[in-house]
Amino acid sequence: MHADPKGVLTGVHFLDGDHACCEGTLAAGARFAAGYPITPSTEVVERFASRIPTVGGIFIQMEDELAASIAIQGAVWAGAKAFTVTSGPGFSLMMEHIGLAAMTETPCVFVDVQRGGPSTGLPTLPGQADMMQARWGSHGDYGIIALCPNSPQECFDLTIQAFNLSEEFRVPVMMMMDECVGHMTEKVVIPEPDQIEITPRRYTKLPPEEYRPFEPREDLVPDMARTGEGYRFHITGLTHDERGYPNMSVETQDRLVRRLLAKLNPLANGRSLCETENLEDADVVVVSYGITSRVAQRAIQLARSRGIRAGKFRLITAWPFPAERIRELAGRVKAFVVPELNLGQMVLEVERAAAGQAKVIPVSHAGGTVHNPDTILNAIVEAAR
Amino acid sequence: MTPTTLEIPDGAQNPVEPFLRMDRMPHIWCPGCGIGTTVNCFTRALLDSKVNLDKVAIVSGIGCTGRVAGYARLDSFHTTHGRAIPFATGMKLANPELQVVVYSGDGDLFAIGGNHFIHAARRNMDLKVICVNNMTYAMTGGQSSSTTPAHVISATAPYGAFEPTFNLVALAEAAGASYVARWTTYHVKQLSRSMEEVLHKKGFCFIEVLSPCPTLYQRRNKMGDGLDAMKYYKQASKIRNGAPTGECTLSKSGEIVVGKFVDRDRPDYLELLRAQMTEALGERYVESEASCSC
Amino acid sequence: MAKGFVAITVERCKGCGFCVEFCPTHVLSLSSAFNSTGYHPPHVVAAEKCSGCDLCGMYCPDFAIFGARYAR
Repeated sequence: MHADPKGVLTGVHFLDGDHACCEGTLAAGARFAAGYPITPSTEVVERFASRIPTVGGIFIQMEDELAASIAIQGAVWAGAKAFTVTSGPGFSLMMEHIGLAAMTETPCVFVDVQRGGPSTGLPTLPGQADMMQARWGSHGDYGIIALCPNSPQECFDLTIQAFNLSEEFRVPVMMMMDECVGHMTEKVVIPEPDQIEITPRRYTKLPPEEYRPFEPREDLVPDMARTGEGYRFHITGLTHDERGYPNMSVETQDRLVRRLLAKLNPLANGRSLCETENLEDADVVVVSYGITSRVAQRAIQLARSRGIRAGKFRLITAWPFPAERIRELAGRVKAFVVPELNLGQMVLEVERAAAGQAKVIPVSHAGGTVHNPDTILNAIVEAAR
Repeated sequence: MTPTTLEIPDGAQNPVEPFLRMDRMPHIWCPGCGIGTTVNCFTRALLDSKVNLDKVAIVSGIGCTGRVAGYARLDSFHTTHGRAIPFATGMKLANPELQVVVYSGDGDLFAIGGNHFIHAARRNMDLKVICVNNMTYAMTGGQSSSTTPAHVISATAPYGAFEPTFNLVALAEAAGASYVARWTTYHVKQLSRSMEEVLHKKGFCFIEVLSPCPTLYQRRNKMGDGLDAMKYYKQASKIRNGAPTGECTLSKSGEIVVGKFVDRDRPDYLELLRAQMTEALGERYVESEASCSC
Repeated sequence: MAKGFVAITVERCKGCGFCVEFCPTHVLSLSSAFNSTGYHPPHVVAAEKCSGCDLCGMYCPDFAIFGARYAR
């Protein structure tokens, strides 16, 4: 289906990433947002608060991030598309509710505009050190999706993707932005509503007496019911059976948790989003994401100009990690260079996937600014030797 | 053993059963626990209020009372510890047609969830909050809660509790609730009537129900069983409707002031929102269609 | 003839005694027999006094008893 025109600000704009992300939520059909102020993410909901009263929907500033991250889930079960926005410390507070959304298969979007950490860290400066937290931050085994935009245009485009994927797979989706992408201003083209594909929520067509809320379809994703329509369904964060009833048996736990991960398998490889360049002849592949990918782009150009066969692999879906694609590349390249604004997070996934077939060279940075392209270039040169 | 009853007409049914997920019975609550009694009152309130049950959603947090949502044959949500109120807030705002009831315990609503409670009351969010207060964390083994009275022995106060407690009804009133009442599980008729009243009242409504916990709270304190607690409620309660909530503090074995303390009309969150947006935006304001976006 | 009746689901009872204690016309008593989970359920000792007020049903935390008036 196409986007509801009411939320779509068609045209060519000059927007920062936070504002573009907000326009993405509106175009995607989000009509409910709950937030709590935190730098450098707040502009997303500030714009939403200003836009939504003339579109039709709700913004509420909650008392903390715990509240914001579960208010959106109440809204989702009442029928809305909903999201929240935060940064490092607030993202930490939201972890329990990311787990709840994963367990109850509640489609919703969490935007994390990453800043330097740990703790209060560098509130106004960039980091990319929440990548592992996005994947593993809540307790227990579960799967999520994480997308990494590297421009305001992508903040718009990928936010729509984030909502679509969350509806398709019924998982919480993380928009892993960073302070640079959130605050950089560039041209953003917002298409006509009929050019924007929207994934509608899949509601059950069964009558209430036949509906079982956690009976998966063939794609392992169950259909939803909407509150207030007589389905009288039950949702719990406890381990539950297909009826949604708590069930503490080992078999139910195994069946449920394995499905929560397995339903994301199609995304892990075939459908993972990435941007690649010059992989055909590459000796060295730079794997990067978010703002760092733009610095890496320069380093790759410099390397090419020196005759080094460097290629680009930009992660757009960071999670599920496209391990098969990296594994396949590892068989034919010398090395991977992995720059990121942390002391080594996604590089661990690259190492795991490369499994010793190619060298993996981290280019770590504690955050606060971006890499110097020369630092990445030096690593490429070293790797190509 | 056959039921010892006389002349039961064909088709006679416990009025509570249509409201419960009978395929989940027996429930997990202990002998003499009062939570089931509050559920009886709630179901009779639902019946008497004639609300459309399809439009009632019940939201619980974690704990013994947190299990109520799982037994109620309504759209029912068993959320995380302390966060039933913000979940309910999102649900209510996304679909204002729903009657959203929060049903949880004292530990859940007032310790881990205390901040959400006061803010929802401040906003006068149109939620009906029922707190079963057994003065302890029962599900986890009888630890102290923010309502455990002084001198009570708990799993985490082995030499006796000494922290000052929250007076829940005073807290609710001060935070802005439109309706505040307290009953005990002895007061089934009054409790049921209060629950029926709040189903017809707009705004943030709060009912505290004192309830026995024989297994954990009472056993450690040699306070007998559930029936002993019920007899204590009967003997120690004074009905004082309209009593100043500040005077309604509770103690280990003293007087229990019960009644409806607050019943006032204040614009609720959505009314305030609509008024402000209409004032600021005039005809440009579009009423929320949050629940219709897909 | 009693105005009402009580119906007891013996197997659901946990023997708390609320219904016996608070029955205004003292229709019930705890039985000396056990149900299968080891509790003593109530039994009717004065059926003729039952008004069918359902106070037992409102008190019963285990949804094991209710009362109703006979249709006349």
